[in-house]
Amino acid sequence: MTNSAISNKNARVGLIAFLGALAMLGLGFAAVPLYQLFCQVTGFGGTTQRASAQQADLAERMAASAGAKQISIRFDGNIASDVPWTFRAEQPTDTVQIGVRDMAFYIAKNNSDVPITGTATFNVEPEQTGKYFNKIQCFCFTEQTLQPGEEVRMPVLYYVDPAIMQDENAKNVEQITLSYTFHKAIEPGS
Amino acid sequence: MATTADQFQAHTEDHGHHDADHKPAFFARWFMSTNHKDIGTLYLIFAICAGIIGGFISGIMRMELAAPGIQYLGYWVSLMGGEASFDANLHMWNVLITAHGLIMVFFMVMPAMIGGFGNWFVPLMIGAPDMAFPRMNNISFWLTVAGFSSLMFSTFVPGGTGLGAGIGWTAYAPLSTTGSTGPAVDFAIFSLHLAGAASIMGAINFITTIFNMRAPGMTLHKMPLFVWSVLVTAFLLLLALPVLAAAITMLLTDRNFGTTFFDPAGGGDPVLYQHLFWFFGHPEVYIMILPGFGMVSQIVATFSKKPVFGYLGMAYAMVAIGVVGFVVWAHHMYTTGLDVNTKMYFTAATMVIAVPTGVKIFSWIATMWGGSLEFKSPLVWAMGFIFLFTVGGVTGVVLANGGVDDVLHDTYYVVAHFHYVLSMGAVFSLFAGFYYWFPKMSGKMHSEFLSHLHFWVFFVGVNIIFFPQHFLGMDGMPRRIPDYPEAFSYWNNVSSYGYYIMAASMGIFFVNIAYAFIAGKKAGDNPWGEGATTLEWTLSSPPPYHQFETLPVIEDHHDYHDHRPATD
Repeated sequence: MTNSAISNKNARVGLIAFLGALAMLGLGFAAVPLYQLFCQVTGFGGTTQRASAQQADLAERMAASAGAKQISIRFDGNIASDVPWTFRAEQPTDTVQIGVRDMAFYIAKNNSDVPITGTATFNVEPEQTGKYFNKIQCFCFTEQTLQPGEEVRMPVLYYVDPAIMQDENAKNVEQITLSYTFHKAIEPGS
Repeated sequence: MATTADQFQAHTEDHGHHDADHKPAFFARWFMSTNHKDIGTLYLIFAICAGIIGGFISGIMRMELAAPGIQYLGYWVSLMGGEASFDANLHMWNVLITAHGLIMVFFMVMPAMIGGFGNWFVPLMIGAPDMAFPRMNNISFWLTVAGFSSLMFSTFVPGGTGLGAGIGWTAYAPLSTTGSTGPAVDFAIFSLHLAGAASIMGAINFITTIFNMRAPGMTLHKMPLFVWSVLVTAFLLLLALPVLAAAITMLLTDRNFGTTFFDPAGGGDPVLYQHLFWFFGHPEVYIMILPGFGMVSQIVATFSKKPVFGYLGMAYAMVAIGVVGFVVWAHHMYTTGLDVNTKMYFTAATMVIAVPTGVKIFSWIATMWGGSLEFKSPLVWAMGFIFLFTVGGVTGVVLANGGVDDVLHDTYYVVAHFHYVLSMGAVFSLFAGFYYWFPKMSGKMHSEFLSHLHFWVFFVGVNIIFFPQHFLGMDGMPRRIPDYPEAFSYWNNVSSYGYYIMAASMGIFFVNIAYAFIAGKKAGDNPWGEGATTLEWTLSSPPPYHQFETLPVIEDHHDYHDHRPATD
């Protein structure tokens, strides 16, 4: 074998290895959307689900036929340290029938003298109940702007999927905590 | 074909003849080096220097931890040019643990194992004239130096609460993003970028060299186990490091350009950083130990005067460890709220790794069993490795349990565990390899007496440092704290005395090196006798500047693993 044949062979293997490294670099960045998708689909990390009114109706009929039990929901509200709001649940706990729609309210007040736009992140504890906790309507789906001194009641319409009663890891859960944290909405590019 | 490397090395073209031992002048030889042995030497010197700095930092930490209260941190804050205060002192602690971890992982163990011994002995053992890409080899080394400089520089610029980057070697967000303002963290992250790029290039180089440049007859299944270990390590580097590069690049953009990859305020998730980090971080721990496995295999076989037991099992055990090592990362994250099923999977998958590791441990013992053992310094260090690595492996199996780890997570038990596998496992294998190959690299014999003395003092020292840390961890002492309740003081004090013993043993090591260069006997081609069968022992000590101009031919009756004559 000649020198140039060897160096061609080396260049080929080296290039393949380099492309492998490049692919892993790409995968590293692709992990961001993939992880988000994974959480949304599986409820990983206590990620709650979004449901339509039709799905909610179906769940309610299923629950009625299955003889669903009651479950306690605790509501938790937090704010990031740089948001001058007060934010709390109107009622700290509520007991609902599994599968039945319920509405809870949070109260937010802007204590500063400038309008502030906030956006809420959310999840539930225990985390394995995330995939059964469905929201039909939520203030957290959109950004919320509060004028100086303004106080608003913000609704969340939710139900607990009766499928939770078939899950070995979740069926004995007696209380689910729904938690929100308000952050300042980040302008794209700022 | 014999002069593959020469086309990259203009200086040999300048002369009318091929002189295997012609060396370029000092600057060209050491600063523009494309010679795998010289680059290996540079890596070893660099790793020793970095190890002295990283070891000195652990000395500061052990002094501080010798008694409850904050004793010395204020002094070091002032010395580094900061203003001592309670917060600045605690920040200094974070800077010390960060620097100790990063230096030891990226600038001591990896350069020594892969850059040093890998560069020196992979080409020699496979019968190649040099590495496949000698110039890229040079870039790898100097990028590592640049990365180290960047990390050192970071300790002199603001990092939030004080000078330096106090983010832990894991650099978890949000501590490393919104939690640490100031450029120190950017420099620390940049240092990882440089070291990572260097290692990826090194990995490409090793893969190409091992696949393409083996001497005729050297099939994959005849390669010495050290070469196998470097090959598996190179693949781990190639697949794991780019993921770290992606994660820390996102940290940089989160810090400086307003992205929110790991910031919940913008829809990101800090736990994602942990997943990415440990997807790299777990293979990384095998990157640090696999070349050690390879060296120990060579040494145990050499001084037992028989081929290693179960050659193929040994090679594929390393492959298995490498493959399974990629799917166990979340056992570092049991307390991030994983559900029971996920924990069960990661517990089971982690424990599976104990199987190929056990294959290796028992094969080393089986190699020694019935062997004609000669207790030269490399074998003593290798046996120390086998014993102490097994201790670290056992605590690893304890920690692999998701339920147990809920209690032990981030305690000194974890610190004890990973120091048993690294600062004893990896470091014992490094010293074993050093004493094994030092005569080959330098042409001088070290003192067997000093090497044995070094071993025993080091062995006693590190065990006194780290064994009591199991007790501290079981009692609930958290890691990464400079101060602690009175109840933890006894074993912390004992542990600190162990450090001084260990430090004394390093003195013996350096005296030994000095002795070898000043008064050491000249080493023959093969100072270890008939058990040393790999190709590097067929060359002079030190080997000629360019070796294997005529490639060695590996004949069938030297079948490495069966050790029986060919039948055809």
